[in-house]
Amino acid sequence: MGVQIAFWLFAILVAGTALYAAVAPKIVHAAFSLMATFFGVAGIYAILGSDFLAVTQVLVYVGGIMVLIVFGVLLTDRVPEEYKVVAPRRWLPALIAGGLCFAAIAGALKSTVWPISSSTPLGDATSTVEGIGRSLLTDYLIPFEFASILLLVVLVGAARLARGQVR
Amino acid sequence: MLPQVTTAHYIVLSALLFAIGLFGVVTRKNVVVILMGLELMLNAANLAFVAFSRHHGNLQGQVFTFFVIAVAAAEAAVALSILMALFRLKGSVTLDDATELKG
Repeated sequence: MGVQIAFWLFAILVAGTALYAAVAPKIVHAAFSLMATFFGVAGIYAILGSDFLAVTQVLVYVGGIMVLIVFGVLLTDRVPEEYKVVAPRRWLPALIAGGLCFAAIAGALKSTVWPISSSTPLGDATSTVEGIGRSLLTDYLIPFEFASILLLVVLVGAARLARGQVR
Repeated sequence: MLPQVTTAHYIVLSALLFAIGLFGVVTRKNVVVILMGLELMLNAANLAFVAFSRHHGNLQGQVFTFFVIAVAAAEAAVALSILMALFRLKGSVTLDDATELKG
């Protein structure tokens, strides 16, 4: 019972704040609404039993990406009045695109039989950290190293791009 | 009584999140908000990964989610530095001002 209540609470939080982030007239409101969405998704991860991922979600999304986005808002939002209106002419195509996307996935789900799975990725362990760490350094070592190269390249590239004209 | 929460519930939530993100990307004109919509869509994909990881009882989905998070962080950093460059060039970050490639 507790899991159901927690799921529905977090699901409503995620869907509501995500929707507000998509339609909020002011960007700052959208940004903070998005922060609540990220927290909600972390909560869903926790319900699903992925403890390490929930913590990573909070650290990387709320602590990193949100700060980047808020900096983006603060550094570029010079004329707030300009953004008070959401382009109305794009509502229809957007609704069609989003609705089709949702309908396709929901339709596929409806025609699938879903056994309630009682198995968890944990097995006998009490935390997913050990399993994830093992996978990252054995089966997924090459992607792991590539991710580190990607982050290095991004660090240099982003600094170069944001710096602008170099004499 | 609330019904049992199955994998389908998580996938529907993920699909909803993706649709909302797509809606945001298409409707908004400000590049920062479009970026937020992209992050929503990435989160939706992650949610599906984790739900299926749970469903199949192994950790591979979660490991992939870590890679997605790393790529999302990289994407956000590069996108925001491009944003800064665009702002320096145009003085605004509205899509309607960046139409050089429209032809």
